[in-house]
Amino acid sequence: MTVTSSRKLLVLAAIWAVLLLAPYWMAPLGGYTALATRVLVLGLAAMSVNFLLGFTGVLSFGHAAWFGLGAYGAGLTLKYLAPSTPLAVIAGMLLGGLCGALLGTLLVRRRGVYFAMVTIAFGQVFYYIAFQWSSLTGGDDGLRGFARQPLDFGLFKLDILTSADTFYYFVLFCFALAVGAMGFILRSPFGRTMIAIRENERRARFLGIPVERHIWIAFTLSCFFMGFAGALYALVNNFADPHGLHYSQSGDFVMMAVMGGMRSFWGPLLGAAVFVVLQDYLSSITVNWMSFVGLLFILVVLFFPRGLLGFFQRSKA
Amino acid sequence: MATGNRLWSVNRRTILKSGAAIAAAQITSPFIITARGETPVRIGLVDPLTGVYAAIAQSEVVGAKFAVEEINKKGGILGRPIELLVEDSANDVGTGVQKTRKLIERDQVNFIIGDVNSGIAIAMAQVTSEKKVLHIVSGGHTDPVTGTSCSWNVFRVCNSTTMDSAAIANTLIEKFGKKWYFLTPDYAYGHSVQAGFEKILKAAGGTSAGSLVPLGTPDYSSYLIQAKAYNPQVLINVMGGGDQVASLKQFVQFGLDKQMAVGGTLFELESIRAVPEAARIGWWTMEWWWNQPDVPHVAEFNAAIKKITGGAATARNWFGYVSVQTLALVANQEKTLDAPKLAHALAGFKLPPEVALQPGAPQYRAGDHELMSTVFVGEAHSPQGDPDNMFTVKNPVPGEKAAGSVEDTGCKLVWPT
Amino acid sequence: MTLLLLFNITNGLIVGAFYVLMALGLSLILNLSNVINFAHGGFLVIGGYIAYTLSPYVGFWGALLLAPPLTAVIGLAVERVLIRPLYGRDPLYSLLLTFGLAFMIEDLTRFIFGPQGKPVAIPAFLAQPLSNELFFITGYRLFMVATVFVAIALLFVLLRYTRLGIRIRAGTLDLETVAALGINVGLLRSLNFAVGIYLAGLSGVLAAGQLGLEPTMGTGLLMPSFIAIIVGGIGSLPGTLVGGLLIGVASGVTAVFFPAASEAVIYVLMAVILLTRPRGLFGEEGMMS
Repeated sequence: MTVTSSRKLLVLAAIWAVLLLAPYWMAPLGGYTALATRVLVLGLAAMSVNFLLGFTGVLSFGHAAWFGLGAYGAGLTLKYLAPSTPLAVIAGMLLGGLCGALLGTLLVRRRGVYFAMVTIAFGQVFYYIAFQWSSLTGGDDGLRGFARQPLDFGLFKLDILTSADTFYYFVLFCFALAVGAMGFILRSPFGRTMIAIRENERRARFLGIPVERHIWIAFTLSCFFMGFAGALYALVNNFADPHGLHYSQSGDFVMMAVMGGMRSFWGPLLGAAVFVVLQDYLSSITVNWMSFVGLLFILVVLFFPRGLLGFFQRSKA
Repeated sequence: MATGNRLWSVNRRTILKSGAAIAAAQITSPFIITARGETPVRIGLVDPLTGVYAAIAQSEVVGAKFAVEEINKKGGILGRPIELLVEDSANDVGTGVQKTRKLIERDQVNFIIGDVNSGIAIAMAQVTSEKKVLHIVSGGHTDPVTGTSCSWNVFRVCNSTTMDSAAIANTLIEKFGKKWYFLTPDYAYGHSVQAGFEKILKAAGGTSAGSLVPLGTPDYSSYLIQAKAYNPQVLINVMGGGDQVASLKQFVQFGLDKQMAVGGTLFELESIRAVPEAARIGWWTMEWWWNQPDVPHVAEFNAAIKKITGGAATARNWFGYVSVQTLALVANQEKTLDAPKLAHALAGFKLPPEVALQPGAPQYRAGDHELMSTVFVGEAHSPQGDPDNMFTVKNPVPGEKAAGSVEDTGCKLVWPT
Repeated sequence: MTLLLLFNITNGLIVGAFYVLMALGLSLILNLSNVINFAHGGFLVIGGYIAYTLSPYVGFWGALLLAPPLTAVIGLAVERVLIRPLYGRDPLYSLLLTFGLAFMIEDLTRFIFGPQGKPVAIPAFLAQPLSNELFFITGYRLFMVATVFVAIALLFVLLRYTRLGIRIRAGTLDLETVAALGINVGLLRSLNFAVGIYLAGLSGVLAAGQLGLEPTMGTGLLMPSFIAIIVGGIGSLPGTLVGGLLIGVASGVTAVFFPAASEAVIYVLMAVILLTRPRGLFGEEGMMS
């Protein structure tokens, strides 16, 4: 027991060390801090999808809708309500989470392929609304004219607007909050129930677990996390646009989760890192990067369905 | 089933091993930016190379690359060779902004060009203004780029939507009449073209109605049914790209071309090539046209581009070409790469004939940084002689005349201290 | 006004017929194999480009006859190599794989044929409207509807009277028993997939006459097909037929009153169906839950 738990602690420490020192080791390798920030935000989104997918066994392929809604919530708050970054982040999280909660009630009775199709379609409804309601959202051109505001703590100011590194640490802090909350939930009895439902839904039902309600709660929680990630994404770009809600964005998130390893907690972050860096790198060296990304999807599904972390775990076993 | 698994797992190991080897070899080299004896001047170009605008974006890249070749033969910028770094914005704002940051922060580019998509262009401008990098918008048309969202470091080569609509509106009124029906894509570009047209039409006492069509609509019949019911003299087709191709095809298939004229602002050569013979009709504005027999240098440019692409030069090739040439010319003239100095020098900068490739000397207007290039108003038709000769210029309008006043654009430039 | 409405309903049926063709192929594949084929739009594009490549040699009619089966052959190869390993696994994997495949198809067609749209002309005698009043019913659109009819009729005959068809229908209801009866399920799934892709290829040839032929042509046509299936009921082919026609008409009629909402209305329709009758109009309870 002590060996595995101290190994787990070591791995955790290693992960956090890498994340904390990112601006320093990225530059010599040809990376740039904004890339790391992007990996964090998209990684958080992938982990939120995995909260539902890997831990509850529910495939939502329209989850980008909550991500995009979070981005719009943050953007609209900064543009029209108040120049406050924390408020924007909370607003985005609430928008994504509450819409998800509402729609979740419609979706929880379905499973499998049907659930996936319905989530895709509903995700597209929101994409479509963002696209068409151009007076509010800016339509295809997106919502702009807002920027993340420096944080004023009275005693000192955090300039997250112009300093890429300061912003990275702010995002890392938010990431830590979200990830901590996620981990806490997964370790709780509720989290254990979610895993039970994933493993065998019928048996869980026989045990008297209100399965639909649990799935709805898990769905809603994951939507709140997605909204949170989306709000951070709006801050990264100082921009929000309909593409963040499109099913292709959802597909990217699911792929990150699968590529990293669905059954592990940190897998999606690794998947996001690989995916974002690869896409960034490939699209700079070839116009045909889409073929490579598509090929990657296919190869991962056929040969590495358990993802990178899953692969390593198996090798050990 | 068991045999199947074993087969796959053998392949998986081999793939992983070879993949890791290849990846290791690839990842190390380009990331580490090697120091060179003479550091090149870097220009970053961000355009949607994949997605619905791929054809025109890739045309811009061709023009830009050709300009880089030409300039490097003559010694480059300030004696240093130009290196063009092309990035794909994938028609997504987040990606466009990220690539712009990457080009500026990691690749240390001196200049930025882009994007075809106006929304992305404006988002990029937010970054370039923040980083004080000179930014040329090669092909994004909406008014705000040199209007309400103008910025001291942003200059535009292609026309604003106001310029295009103002150039052709009176021609359409005189030739066909004052009752128009609009087929407008429902986003900022479409709205601003329609607004530009309506302003002039109303002033001339005309009437209009229209449909706002969602982007990517495959079937235009309901809109064309309404158009026919309205019975206009001209159908103004504001759609772009694949949507314009589909709507014109269907317009002609319904026989509506026999009952009303069709026209609008842009019907780019890339799109004319994509429609069947019957749909090559209407009155449009070209922002540059390859067939100008009386103007020197144009034939050479066209021949050079034809060698690269196999077809005549398009306006998009010219946009890319002018963007790079502008940067080289002004930098060599001012003998500096400092953005504010160059921006001041570009205000009022006139293009020399071998770059302008049109009559007159178009200049970047000081008040809004818009290039006052000629708007080639004319008619589309089936190929005559050359397979790409599908347009004849009937009424070229000088840029200044089409553009209206600087006050009307709403641009207020704020220069850095 | 009633005339305008009538026109738009008729028009909606014509548009709907096209959606039906796409959706039927998607539905066939979904019902038997539990695979959501995100690459269906990609196969549509492949069909269009094959037709474009062939037509200088065999003309429009030759291309119409040859392109769909050639697309189906490509579909067969894809199914054998890429999709077969995924049967029995979580539907997530086929979703991701076809998603990646769609990416590849778009990029490869752009790589092979270039991003420039290709001009596709239809036979002159078809490119004319029936009459001045009914100008929106061109010969080509009638021909499209006729083709869809024929395709549906042939599909019906295939499913009802041939051995393959009966096995497909049986497999949709209970694949395990079908396998236990000694039928080669792998071959069944392959052929079913091929039929679905044939329909996609056919849609592509027809679409190329109406839209611009370029690599991104298929993306906008995928979602309406999905919705047609959801509205009609997953697992029911007649449902898909009705669903497709319904969304075509709804979209056409809305374009008269609220053009901006003409696309949104099909999502609203789907939401209404999901709220009031979640299994779809013709779906069977428990089909996919």
